[in-house]
Amino acid sequence: MNKLIERLKLSTEHGKKWVIAVPTLWLVLFFALPFLIVLKIAFAEAEIAIPPYTALLSMADQAFDLHVYFGNFIFLTEDDLYLTAYLNSLEMAAISTFFCLLIGYPMAYFIARAKPSTQSILLLLILLPSWTSFLIRIYAWIGILKSNGVLNNVLMWTGVINEPLAILNTNIAVYIGIVYAYLPFMVLPLYSNLVKHDYSLIEASQDLGARRLQSFWHITFPLSRNGIVAGSMLVFIPVVGEYVIPELLGGTNSIVIGKVLWQEFFNNRDWPLASALALIMLLILMVPIHFFRKHQEKEWESDK
Amino acid sequence: MIEPSITRDSADGHFLQIKNIVKTYDDVVAVNDVSLDIAKGDIFALLGASGSGKSTLLRMLAGFETPNSGQIILDGEDIVSLAPYRRPINMMFQSYALFPHMTVEQNIAYGLKQDRMPKSLIADKVVQMLRLVHMEKFAKRKPDQLSGGQRQRVALARSLAKSPKLLLLDEPMGALDKKLRNRMQLEVVDILESVGVTCVMVTHDQEEAMTMANRIAIMEEGRIVQAGTPRDIYEAPNSLQAAEFIGSMNLFRGEICVDAQDHAVIDSEECANKLYVSYGVTTAIEDKKVVFAVRPEKTLISREQPESEYNWCRGTVHDIAYLGGHSVYHIRLENGKILNSFMVNSDRFADAPTWEEQVYVYWSDDSGLVLRP
Repeated sequence: MNKLIERLKLSTEHGKKWVIAVPTLWLVLFFALPFLIVLKIAFAEAEIAIPPYTALLSMADQAFDLHVYFGNFIFLTEDDLYLTAYLNSLEMAAISTFFCLLIGYPMAYFIARAKPSTQSILLLLILLPSWTSFLIRIYAWIGILKSNGVLNNVLMWTGVINEPLAILNTNIAVYIGIVYAYLPFMVLPLYSNLVKHDYSLIEASQDLGARRLQSFWHITFPLSRNGIVAGSMLVFIPVVGEYVIPELLGGTNSIVIGKVLWQEFFNNRDWPLASALALIMLLILMVPIHFFRKHQEKEWESDK
Repeated sequence: MIEPSITRDSADGHFLQIKNIVKTYDDVVAVNDVSLDIAKGDIFALLGASGSGKSTLLRMLAGFETPNSGQIILDGEDIVSLAPYRRPINMMFQSYALFPHMTVEQNIAYGLKQDRMPKSLIADKVVQMLRLVHMEKFAKRKPDQLSGGQRQRVALARSLAKSPKLLLLDEPMGALDKKLRNRMQLEVVDILESVGVTCVMVTHDQEEAMTMANRIAIMEEGRIVQAGTPRDIYEAPNSLQAAEFIGSMNLFRGEICVDAQDHAVIDSEECANKLYVSYGVTTAIEDKKVVFAVRPEKTLISREQPESEYNWCRGTVHDIAYLGGHSVYHIRLENGKILNSFMVNSDRFADAPTWEEQVYVYWSDDSGLVLRP
């Protein structure tokens, strides 16, 4: 009997290992290895060859040559372009996150307060657009925003404006696109936080003399902080590296890190510089990612 | 009411008057024409099963629900149309509803801040409230660092901090375990009495209602079945519903055969002897069917045959539930009917009747009640 229990224990121990093995393998293959490759390239020199960078290790004259080149990182500090791109990206991410929060919070709030049957329909409506291709949805915005597009036609037809607004290829178009595309990432974590709120807290607040708006600011808003942090990070982190939306909807003067990366990599064929750019971006993003993880842990603890 | 002459606390004025309140949800009537008068300083319990409308009534007092019709007059002012935040009423919620992101102090101060009381006064008041509920040491803790009993104290302090005219308690002991419950019941009553606040509480636990309240209203299906002191309701229930809701009853269905000024006699097929009640029952000739009721603790057991002409019957001990302080005897009469009798275990090893023994069940002439079926 004891032996059987021992064997069962052993097999569940093995089972646990196997269960963890699959995602571990996935992460090693598709995250750790590519990251190491990028790391390696970032410390190489560009050259006209295949592949277009120098080797980290080479064998010459019966000796291993370790060639670690820091020039890419130094170059990043020398040209203003890169600093501008980083700052622009961070600014764009911050402003987009703010607008996502501004629009997403009321949405999440009213979905969480709706009847349970209505809730699932509303959530479906939030998710439904992401069933079509991201690229197609962004192209659709070109059709809406361009000077003879849907928006301008409607506005001119109703007489609100006389001349078409130049929205496409400006930062406004980029913000519209980003807020539109990333809104679900804000709404869903906020919703899952707000839907757990105990309504009797609001009643208690009103009972103690607070009006609806005061009750919201004193009770609901502080209690939804973890949802706000989660949603904001889920928008902020990917938007920093966003390439497609600024490329399609933005003008040539919108310099963001995603676009610079693309140019270095494909137009200039400078893989090492592009890798260095990507590494720095990752380092910058470590801060919000760490912040996000800490809050996520708190959220889980409060659920227990 | 049939039973006379049980004294009741004299109500000094009508501090809270609930007049003909009706509340319906779609086509369900939750509260059906309820009227109550509650005096200043009363601890008034609404007692009923879930779905009896007691919580709806409480929520209408708090302002979370609006009645379809009727008036709620508190200290001379009709408050039906007032929003919850304007009412001089505070509530202790069943789950306490303490704000989890605030400390004990901040929770208690919340209501005072809404009134824009000066900061120094708030601090004084908070200290005073903490002292009242013996929670001075826990002022800086968050609610999730407190035990159930401590949370309740904080919730009570928070709802008393604004010195409300009326305090509402929603199932005040619902979240506590049994032992703590008994202690907190008395402690909460002490606190309420020391503050002198008028209080309406809702509970489904009759023991809790009788321990804490000085007046009780039994609610069933949205109506008040009976309102009165705990003793009134227990000793003089006005209906079968009220009698069966509180405690248990031995019931005999029968017909009135003697109807005198100061007593009545009831003939029941369920009891071998006639049943005697020591007060007059005014009854119409066509309305003779009644229920005779007697409480188990007034139903006594003996091995000898009682000498009285009335109020006894013969049976065998069917079952005994030994509960320590007292035992519950289930006596089966010859016609198969089961009666309950409580016997106090005053001797440690008394020679009490045992299983299948033949016994006589009897009660005194003034123990029985006549109720309408």
